[in-house]
Amino acid sequence: MIAAFALILVCQLFGEVVSELFDLPVPGPVIGLVLLFFGLLISRKPPKVLTDAADNLLIHFSLLFVPAGVGVVTQIDRLKGDWLPIAAALTVSTLLTMVLTALLMSKLFPKQETAEKAEDAQ
Amino acid sequence: MNETDITQLWVYLSTKPLTGLTITLVAYAIGFWLYQKSNRNPICNPVVIAIALIAFVLHLTGTPYAAYFEGAQFVHFLLGPATVALAVPLFRQTATLKRALPVIVFGVLFGSLVASASTVILAWALGASPETLASLAPKSVTTPVAMGIAEEIGGVPALTAVCVIATGIVGATLGPMVMNMARLKDWRARGFAMGVAAHGIGTARAFQVNETAGAFSGLAMGLNTMATALTIPFLWHWIFG
Repeated sequence: MIAAFALILVCQLFGEVVSELFDLPVPGPVIGLVLLFFGLLISRKPPKVLTDAADNLLIHFSLLFVPAGVGVVTQIDRLKGDWLPIAAALTVSTLLTMVLTALLMSKLFPKQETAEKAEDAQ
Repeated sequence: MNETDITQLWVYLSTKPLTGLTITLVAYAIGFWLYQKSNRNPICNPVVIAIALIAFVLHLTGTPYAAYFEGAQFVHFLLGPATVALAVPLFRQTATLKRALPVIVFGVLFGSLVASASTVILAWALGASPETLASLAPKSVTTPVAMGIAEEIGGVPALTAVCVIATGIVGATLGPMVMNMARLKDWRARGFAMGVAAHGIGTARAFQVNETAGAFSGLAMGLNTMATALTIPFLWHWIFG
């Protein structure tokens, strides 16, 4: 478990160093993600301790968003001024992106399983 | 204990990292409990409940965000390693990836571009400030990455975090309804779209509804994280100089 966590941190550290060194606009953890992904592809069968450590980190992924989200208290003034464009752009853009992407992909994916009862399920 | 004692005790406690960390975990535990009590109704999002509870406590006690973050940073720190860890669920989708790679790459690039372009154009048309535009642009990728991108292009990371979480909640709650109205029935396409538009919060929702949708959502979220982080900063500097 410690070794697996250390490996994840090494990937992140490598990503931060590469991002800083080459002045890349890509965040360090993303480079770490790519590095680990290619490492997994090469190893073919990743060690269980590593996948367990990753799964444990991701179980409560949403908890990790809380501290940043509380930052809303520092943004009240900005939100007061810009709340309408923010709320409208967020809502319209998110739903537009979702429908357009789903339409595109349902055309592009080879025919296979379909959700017959999508209306009931959600 | 009189009121001054309590005030002094709070002044002492609020400087300890333990307090911010404890509040974060307790608030999230309450949020998660309510979420389960509501039969996992997406309206009862544990992140929203936790943020609201903590913001309320900070407001009530007059504690500045910086003091709270002294403790909460330990939770916040884990976003980095967790982002790296996304490589594991992504790896599990390798077989799918190999089968439909060109289609998937095209879909991710398409979704990534629609998400940021439509937000920026809409917000600009409605008169948002330049910092707000830069903070909104990466709204459809997972928080740590979105905050990193926003910082790169001159946005306000804290505002980005708020927008990203709001995006996830809008996508997870209203998204399925809108896709039903558009008569979209392919679970693969629905999941994929959820991951591209509403990142981790949407993916968590997709997994609850359908295993296939969840897997495709996770795949799309992971690839979109990379696509957006690799394209937005370059595009932004290219367009806005």
